[in-house]
Formats: sequence, structure tokens, C-alpha cells
Amino acid sequence: MTKDLIDILDLSREEIDELVAKAGDIIDHPEDYRSKCAGKKLATLFYEPSTRTRLSFESAMYELGGNVIGFSSATDSSVSKGESVADTARTVECFADIIAMRHPKEGAPYVAAKNVQIPVVNAGDGGHNHPTQTLTDLLTISREKGRLDTMTIGCCGDLKFGRTVHSLIAAMSRYENVRFVLISPEELKIPENVRTEILEKGNITYEETDSLETAMPDLDVLYMTRVQRERFFNEADYLRLKDTYILTPDKLQYAKEDLSILHPLPRVNEISVEIDKDPRACYFKQVRNGKYIRMALMLKLLGGGLT
Amino acid sequence: MIIGTIVDGLVIDHIPAGRGMELYHYLKLDRLQCEVAIIKNASSDKYGRKDIIKVGEVIDLDLDILGFIGPQITVNVIRDGEKVDKLHPELPETISDVIRCRNPRCITSVEQELPHKFKLTDRETVTYRCVYCDTKAPKQRFH
Ligand SMILES: [Zn+2]
Repeated sequence: MTKDLIDILDLSREEIDELVAKAGDIIDHPEDYRSKCAGKKLATLFYEPSTRTRLSFESAMYELGGNVIGFSSATDSSVSKGESVADTARTVECFADIIAMRHPKEGAPYVAAKNVQIPVVNAGDGGHNHPTQTLTDLLTISREKGRLDTMTIGCCGDLKFGRTVHSLIAAMSRYENVRFVLISPEELKIPENVRTEILEKGNITYEETDSLETAMPDLDVLYMTRVQRERFFNEADYLRLKDTYILTPDKLQYAKEDLSILHPLPRVNEISVEIDKDPRACYFKQVRNGKYIRMALMLKLLGGGLT
Repeated sequence: MIIGTIVDGLVIDHIPAGRGMELYHYLKLDRLQCEVAIIKNASSDKYGRKDIIKVGEVIDLDLDILGFIGPQITVNVIRDGEKVDKLHPELPETISDVIRCRNPRCITSVEQELPHKFKLTDRETVTYRCVYCDTKAPKQRFH
């Protein structure tokens, strides 16, 4: 593995399995990890606000006994004075042991990684990559299903712009007997390059449909995403489509008993709150898993020098 | 058309027709003091039409750029009027500052000093992608 995590595909399947196993051990024996990163500092360099992701990284480091420095938006940092990503990273390297970077421009964490010796984790670069979200999804699926192979995963909502779906498909395609059902309106279908370069190239079984109800009975995992208003050219289309992909108890009546419902959050209205009580709803467990997988990741990246 | 025979120098042959001038700039041949000739649309048995560049001095060429523009390009090295070597550039793994990333969301769109670097991600289809944002490079003809 490289010193950084920029793209989920930087990790081999074996490395992902190892991280998932490590996170599982952390969940089972949190006390064993309370001072693993004592004396270490995480720098969270967030050029755009993402409170959820930042808090997840920060609490992960605190639970490992380390400390956190950083900034949470571009306005309160030297970035507002026009400093380059490379210079900011080199400066921060003098203070911290590991960097988690969120940036609106694609490739910014890669630039940081190339300019420092310490590990850099991409905490989301525009609409491009968000590998720790994918690791979170994989950990959740693994914990709920007890495996990462042999299952049918339904991806529902905005499959065109939803980067979390693209990365999930790329990562899950490396496991045997994984089948995808891609549920979206015509306007938000999976992009051509994901279809050709991941699904068809990898000989992955998939089908596309616009009906959540018909897809439901087959699914082991349902990955919901938000249909965002700003993706539509006109309000009428948005209003016509948005309610098609709201998960409600009546749609869930066709689902398997052991379905696992995931959502990268934040949700707006695409999962009705009545579902939160359903044992099949995993999206809040997913948030908790996000902290554990980030703990496992930072431990791995900070390497053998730790006690 | 006859261009003077080279005693010591390079003949860059089988350049895709119409791309000689572009290559001239990529290879920074404008900085040379020696004679440089660009021959456009020469007839070629293999490719119909081709461009040729003759350089009146043996210089270090960036073979990666040649391989990127067209792997059929050859470079003949001439010394004392004799062809002493024939180079076949290969498809490079990465290519820097030849083409630019056009993705407005790419970090290179806001940080001017970053090199525009692309990596070969699929040899079969000759696909290059931006190392920063993974945007596909425009297809080069003749690949
Ligand atoms: Zn780019």
C-alpha cells in the first residue's frame, strides 16, 4: 500500500479486508486502542465545510489517544490568502503526523500527498473521490452480512452524479458473485464510463431499472442516495421524480427480512423517518462504522512505529 | 521536394500528417540554433501522408512525447552521413505538460504552477487520464 489513501482503488482487496477486520477488532476491544496514537497529531485540512466527515476523523483520532489540529473552511485559513495546496501541506507537515484533506477541487489531496512525507487521506475532493466513505460502506456491509461477496446490491437514486455509488461499485466489483441493480430515473442513470470500465470490463452482472418496487425483492443491500434538486434542468422534472425514490414502509413490504439499508447521509426526505425504527435501517450504524474504519485506516497509515 | 541531406542529425519520420508543427513545439525545437526542417504531407507507403522533421544536430529527444503523439513515429540518427541508429518510441506510462486538463473542477484549473500530467490507464484502448482528477485525455489520432 502507498503511504496515502487518495482513491479507494489504491487499496487492494486484501488491504480492504485487513482494514475491515481491524475495524471489527476495534469495535470489539476499544480499550486496546485507547492510546495507540498517543502523542500523534491529525491535521484536518477542510477547504470546504463537511462537519460530518471532519468530526468522524477527529473523534477517530481522539479515540486512539491522539490529538487534532486544523481548519474547517477555506475562509479561516491561509488559503484565503492564496497559498497553494502544496505549500499548506508542507507547512502542516512540520506540525502533524497525518493529514485528512477535504477540498472542492478534484486532485487537491493528491497534490498534498506528492509534496509531503506524512500520510495524506482524501476526505473528499469535489465530486471525485471519497475513499473513507466507501470504506465505511464496505465495513457496514461486511458487519451486516458477514461477508462482502455473493450478494445483490441495489443502488437507488442519483446514480449519475453520486460519487459514493461509483466508488462502491468499483470496490464491490472485486468480490465474487456480487450483482448490482441500478435503480434511477432515466435522467440520472449510471455514467457510461462506470458501465463500460467497471461493470462490463469486470464481467459484473447488473441490471438497470426505474422501479424500486420491482427491484426490491431481490436485494440484500439497498444503497439509497439523494436525488438533488440542483441536478435537474427544470423544477417540473425534479418534482415529478423526487418522490419516486423515497423509501417508505409500503415499498419495504416487498423486501427481504435481512435487507440492509444504507445511505451515505445527510438524508433529506429519500428515506421516510418511519423506517428508522426498522431493524433493516443501517444508516446510523454506518455513521458509527465510519469512525471505526477511520481509526483502522489511520493506525495502518501511521504504521509500525506505534505501540 | 528535396531538403538538404543531413550529415549529423535526426530524422523524425512517420509523424501523423498535420502534426509536425505541434510536435515541433512540444519538443521545443524552436529553441535550437541548428537547422530544422518540417516537411508536411510527404507521401508515405504505409500511411498515405506523413510529416517529417529533420534536425541538423544530434540532440536529446523526449521520446515519450513522440510515443504519445504516434507510436509509429521513428527517429533515424545520422552521423557522418550514415544512419547509425533507428529509435522506436513507445507509448509512455506518463506524459507531462504536453496536453492540458480541461476539467474546470480539476485542481490544475486553479493552481497554475502544477504540471499537467496524464497517466496511461488502458494500453489496449490507449487511454490517458489526468493524474489529479482522472479526466480522460482527448484521443490522439493514429493510436
Ligand atoms: Zn485534471
